[in-house]
Amino acid sequence: MSAAAATNPEEKRARTLVTPEGIALPMTIASRGSRAGALMLDVMIIVFGLLAFYLILLWIAGGLLTGTGLDPAAAPQGAQEFMQIILVLIGFFTWYGYFLVQELGPRGATLGKRITGIRVAARGGSRLTPEAVIARNLLRDIEIFYPLLTLLILALTSADTNEEIGPLGWVMTGWFALFLLFPFFNRDALRAGDIIAGTWVVERPRTKLADALSTQGAAARRTSDLTGVRYEFGEAELAVYGEKELQTLERMLREARPDALTAVHATICRKIGWEPGAGDERAFLEAFYAQLRAKLEGEMRFGKRKADKFS
Amino acid sequence: MKAPVISSWFGRGSVVAPPDIESAALRSDRFRLEREGEWRKLEEIVKRMESGGLRRIADDDLLALPTLYRTAASSLAVARETSLDASTLAYLEGLVQRAWFQVYGPRQGFARWLRDFLLGGWSRAVREIWLDICIALFVMVAGAIVGWLLVAQNEEWYYRLVPGGLADTRVPGASREELLATLATEESAAGLSTFAAQLFSNNSAVCILAFALGFAFGIPSLMLMVHNMALLGALLWLFDGQGLLVEISAWLSVHGTTEIFGILLSGAAGLHIGRAMAFPGTRPVLDAAAEAGRRGAVVMVGVVIMMIVAAFLEAFPRQLVEGSANRFMIGGAMLLFWLTYFFLYRPKRSPGAEG
Repeated sequence: MSAAAATNPEEKRARTLVTPEGIALPMTIASRGSRAGALMLDVMIIVFGLLAFYLILLWIAGGLLTGTGLDPAAAPQGAQEFMQIILVLIGFFTWYGYFLVQELGPRGATLGKRITGIRVAARGGSRLTPEAVIARNLLRDIEIFYPLLTLLILALTSADTNEEIGPLGWVMTGWFALFLLFPFFNRDALRAGDIIAGTWVVERPRTKLADALSTQGAAARRTSDLTGVRYEFGEAELAVYGEKELQTLERMLREARPDALTAVHATICRKIGWEPGAGDERAFLEAFYAQLRAKLEGEMRFGKRKADKFS
Repeated sequence: MKAPVISSWFGRGSVVAPPDIESAALRSDRFRLEREGEWRKLEEIVKRMESGGLRRIADDDLLALPTLYRTAASSLAVARETSLDASTLAYLEGLVQRAWFQVYGPRQGFARWLRDFLLGGWSRAVREIWLDICIALFVMVAGAIVGWLLVAQNEEWYYRLVPGGLADTRVPGASREELLATLATEESAAGLSTFAAQLFSNNSAVCILAFALGFAFGIPSLMLMVHNMALLGALLWLFDGQGLLVEISAWLSVHGTTEIFGILLSGAAGLHIGRAMAFPGTRPVLDAAAEAGRRGAVVMVGVVIMMIVAAFLEAFPRQLVEGSANRFMIGGAMLLFWLTYFFLYRPKRSPGAEG
């Protein structure tokens, strides 16, 4: 069990951040897969957005060509030029503005990052600054898009001229691979831009506050609503489990899957030497949970903790 | 849907009645139920801040935010020592983290930052990398001289240094008239604005490349600069052969003082990062790289602005203004402007700005 926990990817990505108030907050580094997914989503949003914009522009300005026999050379020069400038500038500012403005916003995430549930944060718990966001976004071009674009151009020209691509192609492929694999060679999954900017990408917590378990049912009154049986556990019976088992039980009570509850019920009964009955598993478990928790929390207040059943 | 839920946390028109505190059998659950309302209120404020920025938050809520944040943080600290309710702990950890991002998040938006940047932040960043600017300047001058000397020794080098598209009629052996024609002005401004937009896109890409290559200890940045300047040296040599050195210098200076300055700054910014990584001093490498990277990024935003200016100068005045004196005047004025802005313009830091 402990060996499996150490290699668990979830735990490998866990980090702790200490706030100025001195509270240690757990953070989870975003997985490389979700980051790649977020980037793909963002690129797709930008590309399709620009494409739609160009089409609309074409639809509006398509009138430039009517009456000229669809010959661009005969269209009014000034209007054409204006359109071209708009296209170039809008392309440029969309590409950089999209990432900058969104990552500087209160969510610290682009649309793609929001969908995959991650956000940008400053490494080590300092404030995220505009400079950092700019730096990490400038580097992205060099890491991914510059080599890809060069490769594309090389491939197109070589297809045109029937020439071999040559060593430059391999250099670009190596470059691309180097930066693409960069996050795999450091603990925090940083890409080159993150290193330069002093940022990292973390998961956004999305936990809802669940109901308090000890306010209802057998947990509160120790008696089953169904059968009226009173469940009381002795000191020795509660001593078999620790915090780890308590929290597993809590999770199962919240998930409330009948077959799982039956299995746990049987296990606990065997462990404490009770005869497992049937039909009233939930009430039994609720009562057991509440009493075990009361005992462990009582000990906790005196500084005595029991991590799991082995300790 | 949202409104009734919100109002219930403030005790008006209760829709979901919170469970009776006394009904909880456990002390830790009573602790939780007593504070739950404040946590939910904090969550609501944080959620609204995340989705809409500060404008949609009432002043009262904004004032309550730090207090609620500290309450939640201290609740978390207490709960960790007294409660074994994993889901409440996870919720509190998530809530405090989200609130922390808002309370200690980016203090200024992009627009506000841009203002501070233009009014001092930019020139301050440039002054901070003065050593790298000196190195880059030295490398660039050396590059130009090397280009000149190489071509002067062997004309073959010219074809290697200058790409075919740029060379056009500017090749060794071209007559004085042909070379002069490449420096002439266009009759009208038609077509030049597109040219400017493309120049801008192209030049800023080169600069961003020079900056980002600094990541590999700055060496590729330097190589890129040497190559660019060797090209310039070769071009100068070519025109000098026909006694046109003054004319070409004037022609280049119109936009060159801005553009080459921009390339100089981006190379220096790249070098700054490379130097910080190679010689981090007493700091960890990652911290040194991050600090240098942020400073470099500020310089780079400025370089993009310089490239916009350069592209306009290149497309319009350079192609339209005739006469070496006039061209020198424009170029010189631009150089003077940049130098003044970067090194003489030193406004006081505004108290709110940092980093």
